Amino acid sequence: MKSCFRNDAMRKVCGEAKFGDDFRFHGMVHAVPVYTEYIHAENLSLEIEDARSMPGVLSVFTWEDVPGELTAGQINQDYPIFVKDRIRSNSDVAALVVAETRMQALAAAEKVIVTADVLAAVLDPEEALKKDAPVIPEGKDSNLVNHHIVRTGDPDTALAMSSVVIEQRFETPFVEHAYLEPECAVCVPREDGGLEIYGSMQHPFSTRRFVCAYLGRPLASVVCLSHAVGGSFGGKDDTASVVCARAALAALKLNRPVKLLLKREWSMRESYKRVPYKMDYKVGFDGDGHLTGAISKTLADSGAYTSTTPWSTWRSTVQNMGPYKLENIRGEVLGVATNNVFTGAFRGFGSPQTNFAVEQIMDMAAEKLGLTPLEIRKRNALVQDSITITGQKLDNHTVSLMEVMEKTAETIDFERKYRNSSRGKGGKFYGIGMAASYRGCSVGAEAMDFCCATINIQFDGSILLDTAVFENGQGAVSAMMLICAEELGVPVESIHYQASSTASIPDGGTTVASRGTLVGGGAIKDAMSKLKPILQEILYPEIAESPDQVSFHDNRIWGTEERSLTWSEAGHQMYLSRVYPFAFGSFQAPRVSWDEENGQGNAYFSYVYSCQAVEVEVDPEKRSCRLLNVVATHDIGKAINPPMVEGQIQGGIVQGMGMALTEDFKIEEGRIKSLNFSKYKIPRMTDVPDMLTQIVENHDPLSPTGAKGIGEPAMEIIAPAIANAVAAATGERFFSLPIKLKKEIQA
Amino acid sequence: MKEGSIDFRLNGKDIKYDGSPLKRLLDVLREDFELTGPKEGCGEGECGACSVFMDGKLVNSCMVPMGSVVGREITTIEAFSETEKGKCLVDAFADAGAVQCGFCTPGMVMASEKVLEQNANPEMDEIRRGLSGNLCRCTGYDMIVDAVKLAAKRGKGLW
Repeated sequence: MKSCFRNDAMRKVCGEAKFGDDFRFHGMVHAVPVYTEYIHAENLSLEIEDARSMPGVLSVFTWEDVPGELTAGQINQDYPIFVKDRIRSNSDVAALVVAETRMQALAAAEKVIVTADVLAAVLDPEEALKKDAPVIPEGKDSNLVNHHIVRTGDPDTALAMSSVVIEQRFETPFVEHAYLEPECAVCVPREDGGLEIYGSMQHPFSTRRFVCAYLGRPLASVVCLSHAVGGSFGGKDDTASVVCARAALAALKLNRPVKLLLKREWSMRESYKRVPYKMDYKVGFDGDGHLTGAISKTLADSGAYTSTTPWSTWRSTVQNMGPYKLENIRGEVLGVATNNVFTGAFRGFGSPQTNFAVEQIMDMAAEKLGLTPLEIRKRNALVQDSITITGQKLDNHTVSLMEVMEKTAETIDFERKYRNSSRGKGGKFYGIGMAASYRGCSVGAEAMDFCCATINIQFDGSILLDTAVFENGQGAVSAMMLICAEELGVPVESIHYQASSTASIPDGGTTVASRGTLVGGGAIKDAMSKLKPILQEILYPEIAESPDQVSFHDNRIWGTEERSLTWSEAGHQMYLSRVYPFAFGSFQAPRVSWDEENGQGNAYFSYVYSCQAVEVEVDPEKRSCRLLNVVATHDIGKAINPPMVEGQIQGGIVQGMGMALTEDFKIEEGRIKSLNFSKYKIPRMTDVPDMLTQIVENHDPLSPTGAKGIGEPAMEIIAPAIANAVAAATGERFFSLPIKLKKEIQA
Repeated sequence: MKEGSIDFRLNGKDIKYDGSPLKRLLDVLREDFELTGPKEGCGEGECGACSVFMDGKLVNSCMVPMGSVVGREITTIEAFSETEKGKCLVDAFADAGAVQCGFCTPGMVMASEKVLEQNANPEMDEIRRGLSGNLCRCTGYDMIVDAVKLAAKRGKGLW
């Protein structure tokens, strides 16, 4: 059994770790939100007097009580803390009832009466782009949220001259993050006028920006503290932040600690989902299976508010045609506002959607050309020094797509098993499929990308580490501690990592884009490059002849002739010398570039290369699909905590499998019907296949630790791999998710 | 049964509970006794994050009204993790990498105890079936299965 380091494992297993709802304070009162029955409406009117007079009720807050901006957001500031006169989705919140107990608040919330004049709702992005469609965003003249394009070469001519052209529409649905912990916020007003916020925040700094925008306060007057978060997967940013802001507003007004805990039904109603895509692809190949040209147009349903749809769709533009060489392309991705629940970040961002189309197109072409899925991918794969569709030359890191594809195929015995796939013949159908990707590391040209860390050696020699990387459950803090321990040559148990907060460390960018290990590790390396010379300069006279002879390993500080100091002795010596053994380190991502007009540039400074293959069994009588076995290979540069990398890969595969097969998010006429786990089936333990993970480690020269990331690569290709395997098994292709075998095979 | 007369045992102690018989056991454990091990993931008995033992049987405490707790013995992760079997299981979960966000974990440990109680050397399928009432969104489940196997291996004679 491999041993796994998790600094937080034991307290979580024993139930001692504190999540948002586990915090309680003297005098704490409870808030509940008030939703409305409307989808799209105007002239909103609220009757709150009955609710106010209910037992225990302290106040009912509405837009009139908001001291700062009524709307905030990560890109467009359009997400309302409370709706004012216009309701844009059934997820909108009109008021907040605060009472001494949660039961009292729940009872009073029923008494708030919301009336409004119904407006025609637009629930389909194609309809929303029509000229006469009602315009949903405030102050805009259309529902177009963003329009990204990637173009190079002459795709029209290339397609006209192609031997094989695949033309197909693909659709991906709303997907719920389904983190096991629903959103919770606790805000405590401090006697110095500041506000302290605990809560299920993906990124405390992002939450602080939302809170301060709504409350009209300076950033420095609010502290968001980190503690255990029960999963996020990209989903605890905007919504969790506005939940915190509502609690903060009430705490500020009442001068009492306020808790706002969402029920699962509220969480699933209000929280943003994965952005659903409608993708029309036309892709050409020559007679040998080489890609010739591609034209694609994607409509992305942003829902009623912007959130991160423009960034999600930007990634879909950069990676519009998978990890393949192609000189002629025109790809467009349009974000479109509708009256659906808003959509935004979810593990993989825009890639799982786009990969679902592209990776099936590769197989569809292979079938027509008599090639295997592996062979057609090898003929088109990006290799060292290849140029991507955005004109980026991949010459600054190891391009290992071929390596991960071949390793996957060899381990699972792909070519033989592919030949033996059923294609709709026999009793139970067997099939195997694969998918591959390259994924830009971190946020690339979509945003500023930098992070920081401090290492603060105490005068007793104990080591205090802090970074701007936050724990959502993925093991980020453990990775930071392992990197720090290795640098100092001490056991990881010697590293103390105390709950970081927005007051303990500067903002290091959001907990997104599988960037934590890369950027946080880079910041620690930088801090070490400053800390070590400070220690060497002060400590060398006792143990060496010059500072550069001082080294750090085996839990001691070493000089020459086997002379050494314990960390405790070193700490004391630093004290006597009146020098702080403290360093602040930062990591600025290498330069990237982007020309928005043509969608050309060095979009990301490096890439992760991935391939997954899956075997399925389809029972034509029961019309069910069972995953038998998955092999996943990822080049992540360097694995800092290999068992946790494996856990990320397995977790990603199972999430992607849910999106592919079981998670059927029901939203009817703008009303979400999938409001709990009985109506939204995430995979259970009996659903999961055998999984074998293979980590490839081509250290990345642009990452100071050599490490890249794994969170998102792990989940972005399993859905198309499953679709390809189902096609190999049944002879039928499925172009939308989740794959509904029942209907198709029946027909 | 009148209000204020719900007697039961909680983690080995006699308790007289004064509140409503309609209040959910989960809320009583969390609010009245400040136990943070059982957690509310769904409130409808689908996720298992609130799993506790009632007279030794695994129950979702979100589905149990206090009225039905009269005379029962309730055990939460806080007490179970102090037992020999509990220690073996929690160590195995930590060592096997079975913990990511940790929200489902105490419930998983409770359910795992029942799997091992049924069979001290369970096969993979028995573990998967036995834990299929507990949802996890982080791990993909494999390392949880590994944890139960590790506990079974280390805990020879315990179950």
